[in-house]
Amino acid sequence: MLLYGTAIASRLMLGTAQYPSPAVLAEAFRRSAAGIATVSVRREAGGDRAGAAFWDLIRDLDVTLLPNTAGCHSVREAVTTAHMARELFDTPWIKLEVIGHADTLQPDPFGLVEAARILTDEGFKVFPYTTEDVVLADRLLQAGCEVLMPWGAPIGTGLGLTNIYGLRTLRAQFPDVPMVVDAGLGLPSQAAMAMELGYDAVLLNTAVAKAGDPATMAAGFARAVEAGRLAYEADPMEPRDMAAPSTPVIGRAFLT
Amino acid sequence: MQITVNGTATEVQAQTLAGALDELGYRDAKVATAVNESFVPATARDAPLSPGDRVEIVAPRQGG
Repeated sequence: MLLYGTAIASRLMLGTAQYPSPAVLAEAFRRSAAGIATVSVRREAGGDRAGAAFWDLIRDLDVTLLPNTAGCHSVREAVTTAHMARELFDTPWIKLEVIGHADTLQPDPFGLVEAARILTDEGFKVFPYTTEDVVLADRLLQAGCEVLMPWGAPIGTGLGLTNIYGLRTLRAQFPDVPMVVDAGLGLPSQAAMAMELGYDAVLLNTAVAKAGDPATMAAGFARAVEAGRLAYEADPMEPRDMAAPSTPVIGRAFLT
Repeated sequence: MQITVNGTATEVQAQTLAGALDELGYRDAKVATAVNESFVPATARDAPLSPGDRVEIVAPRQGG
């Protein structure tokens, strides 16, 4: 999988938040074999070295970092946060979140496009957290995005793919654009479904971090993502309404 | 002068952002900064601060 010209071996991308401990986080990443980890920037108190401790932890994970602008509700906030993240994590990659609605954490499509354009012009490689809206997707591509990250369901809900029709349509409209289903996944079967639809990868956090056993859930997601991708590549059969015998009819012993 | 650091009113003797970071215990910390909602790169922290400036100091954290 190529994202902005960078080859990423794993199609599972994993967040780093909400784990019970740093050790559990590290073990979950090991079992997930995720190639990309999402991270954030947050206020640091003077004399505190929490940032440095976290930085040491994620460097040991040996993954590509994708900083986010989580929690930003305005274009300016998102752009400033992206700049701070670029300096801290030394990467032009940014998962761009511009939130438009407090309860659903639904992206603000207008702010998202504006911020994507500004950041692209400033040399960022923008991974926009978006909806399955095809018009919005087109605008984001026009703004310079080379990857799209539509939601499966609202962040942290674990509802899975709430609009399969929309996701299928989006995939079909832009067959050559790398696309990642980001957010809303709760179970490996949902990740497998996203991959079967032809999505290039999935990004999740809460489903693993809040599982009773995060490392085991991470392993489950890793296998589901691989299974779903193999199914997509294998060109699945068409469903049909009527039964069709799989065992040959010809040659059946004639018994009454 | 009085400035706001991460949302809290703070008195500093320093006249620059770099000086304020030193004074407030961020020396050698892995942080990024913004003043009045605009990003200030590490290479530009010698610019003078003004009373009432709103300074944000952030560090790497967990994220989804």
